Amino acid sequence: MSALLDVEDLRVSFPSRSGPVEAVRGVSFTLGRERLGIVGESGSGKSQTGRAILGLTPPPGRTEARRLTFDGKDLRHASAAEWRAIRGKRISMVMQDPKFSLNPVMTVGRQLMEAAARGTAARDARAQALAMLEAVQIREPERVFRAYPHELSGGMGQRAMIAMMLITEPDLLIADEPTSALDVTVQIEVLRILDRLVRERGMGLIFISHDLRLVSSFCDRVLVMYAGKVVEELRASELTKARHPYTQGLFNCLPRIEGDRRPLPVLERDADWAR
Amino acid sequence: MMSGAFSREWLLTDAPASRGQARAGQAYRSWLALKSNRLAMVGLCIIAALVLMAIFADVLAPYDPITGHLNTERLLPPSWKHLLGTDDLGRDIWSRIVYGSRLTLMVVTLVAVIATPVGLLVGTISGYFGGFVDTVLMRITDIFLAFPQLVLALAFVSALGPGIENAIIAISITSWPPYARLARAETLTIRNADFIAATQLQGASSLRIIWGHVVPLCLSSVVIRVTLDMAGIILVAAGLGFLGLGAQPPQPEWGAMIAEGRQFIIDHWWVATMPGIAIFLVALGFNFLGDGLRDVLDPRAQK
Amino acid sequence: MALIEVDNLSVTFGHAGSRVQAVRGVSFAVDKGESYGIVGESGSGKSTVLRALVGLAPVTGGRLTIEGRDLAGRRPADFYRKVQMVFQDPYASLHPRHTVDQVLAEPLSIHRFPDRGARIARALEDVGLGPGFRFRYPHQLSGGQRQRVAIARALILEPEVLLLDEPTSALDASIQAEVLNLLDRLRAERGLTYILVSHDLAVVAHMCERLLVMQHGQAVEELTREDLRGRAAAKEYTKALLTASEGYRAAAETAT
Repeated sequence: MSALLDVEDLRVSFPSRSGPVEAVRGVSFTLGRERLGIVGESGSGKSQTGRAILGLTPPPGRTEARRLTFDGKDLRHASAAEWRAIRGKRISMVMQDPKFSLNPVMTVGRQLMEAAARGTAARDARAQALAMLEAVQIREPERVFRAYPHELSGGMGQRAMIAMMLITEPDLLIADEPTSALDVTVQIEVLRILDRLVRERGMGLIFISHDLRLVSSFCDRVLVMYAGKVVEELRASELTKARHPYTQGLFNCLPRIEGDRRPLPVLERDADWAR
Repeated sequence: MMSGAFSREWLLTDAPASRGQARAGQAYRSWLALKSNRLAMVGLCIIAALVLMAIFADVLAPYDPITGHLNTERLLPPSWKHLLGTDDLGRDIWSRIVYGSRLTLMVVTLVAVIATPVGLLVGTISGYFGGFVDTVLMRITDIFLAFPQLVLALAFVSALGPGIENAIIAISITSWPPYARLARAETLTIRNADFIAATQLQGASSLRIIWGHVVPLCLSSVVIRVTLDMAGIILVAAGLGFLGLGAQPPQPEWGAMIAEGRQFIIDHWWVATMPGIAIFLVALGFNFLGDGLRDVLDPRAQK
Repeated sequence: MALIEVDNLSVTFGHAGSRVQAVRGVSFAVDKGESYGIVGESGSGKSTVLRALVGLAPVTGGRLTIEGRDLAGRRPADFYRKVQMVFQDPYASLHPRHTVDQVLAEPLSIHRFPDRGARIARALEDVGLGPGFRFRYPHQLSGGQRQRVAIARALILEPEVLLLDEPTSALDASIQAEVLNLLDRLRAERGLTYILVSHDLAVVAHMCERLLVMQHGQAVEELTREDLRGRAAAKEYTKALLTASEGYRAAAETAT
């Protein structure tokens, strides 16, 4: 199977008063049509990695990579027109908070149709939009279709946004903490939708999250990031066999319902990890 | 320890050792941010020049601003003897502008000192308590806001009698309402913050919360607004002077000077133009500084 | 007698026309020295219960008592020396222009405590922050450090009861462990009584002996830590929460 996405030595840096600060420092991975989790704590560079792939590093940040190819295309020197053909169509991104990603003064339906409409008739676009809303397990697609984003609950809004990102049938979905703002019970439902899309459509998924337990129970492979670097890559099912002390520490410091560990093991950070 | 005091490192440390050091460090950081804003520094220089001019007026002005040589030096164009020319009473315009800076500075300072606290107090109290207090205070504010500032100031000055002191009082009375509005809006966003709730839970009185927690956060946006309004205040003062309701002749007030020069504007342009340029420069200076302060103090303006 | 009793509490926000009943008839009692948890999802009213206890939310029905004394209307000044609260978001609960020193000095000056300097130094020591943090501004602190300052602020008046509103949900997992350990140690040392609100069952199971599950403003059921460990939940909702807390795979299997 040829890789869908191939990233080698990705670096993102931001200028500051005391020289450039590297948020991502040489991240490499390849992605097939699978679920890849990127886990890390705040400031680990996981979100910047996701943005950099789509060329969305916020200015004045700079992105460099030795290789950044998507389906055989080099993304490093993509022109604005090429990006337009990729973003939203072939690679989509779901953000943490739907409130910032949906247009507040346009109904969900119109936004969906606009995303779908490129090249299709209005009638088809409408049918497609409704079908997509159904696909993300929205029970009353007609109502949501006519609703404005603020009229939807958090879980509903998140699903509407996922619908919007998926209506163009992308080959790759980058989901940055897509469920962190949701309640656990809703979270599971949203994950189920993503899961199905990967299995049925053969979509590639990059799932970025701070929640090691959730990622390892959902993804096939997990990259653990610390201080802008991937410190460990492992199969999600083998989390308990993690070798890097950071991964072990991150996993052990979580409180558990069963088992009384008091005090909780605390992560002792080693300056060597960041090197 | 003393050798380290006030050095760059001492100011910018992440772990200050005393209250004073923490405050000084904070002030220094703001100064650094302001310093990097070129327009703000231009504004600051203009205002500093105005202050220096007012302080050293006796040194800077070559002639008496009140009495001139009526017979020999009426309406002379700018020359090396009279840098900006003379007016119809033979007075040196440069000297009058220099002394006039004292009046301008006085107006600006007094208005700021009177209007800012009033606006801040009304706004924060109104926003913090809400309900009935809010309704009453805000309706009063609305009444003041319903009139254009110059018109309202005119009414006050006509009632109080013309003169620079009454002009200042009139401008102050008419300029606090926007600050009250601003402070209230700001307070409404702060009022429900967790840190206010935490302070309430420590048993703090409302007065303590308003003074110690709300006012410091409203202060920066009000100061920005006051600075930006200074240009307008100078113009209102000049307008009152122009209409003969502000400073009385022979006081060298810039607005009044323009009014006097108006009759000769075609043949002797410099009489009205020179004080006009002075007003323009100072107004511009305050606007630049206000913009710069907004960039530094207002976190929402930062990208 | 229980230290804190909440009896049939109701909280309603808003005026006629747009009323929201955030809490509907919730009752529980907490003994001295106990740690009691309230679990629920967003909108369950769990935080509102805490806010009603300290007078930040309007009580529209039921009774709240502490040591048998009724809590109604404005709390007496000594109430705040007995009950303190730690908020969820350490970025919002510290005044952005006040140094740590100012934050800690304020409650001491309100309640006229003597030797403030020494108390502030000790409070910082207690929460694991050295003297080097005393004169910092919040923006010079990390999230975990801020939450430690918030805990120090709550404890500086030497209260008996600490109300914890999602104290770790804004923190990274490794920092969460540190803060939970700190709270655990402080409770053991000082015999504090906790009421902890969280959406995370694991956190509550770790911290609390008993807990109340809430949904839509109502109490679903009360469980002990042992019930939770033995998965002995009676109500469907609690069971759903339990499976969801185990991650995706477990939840997906039970559902299909």
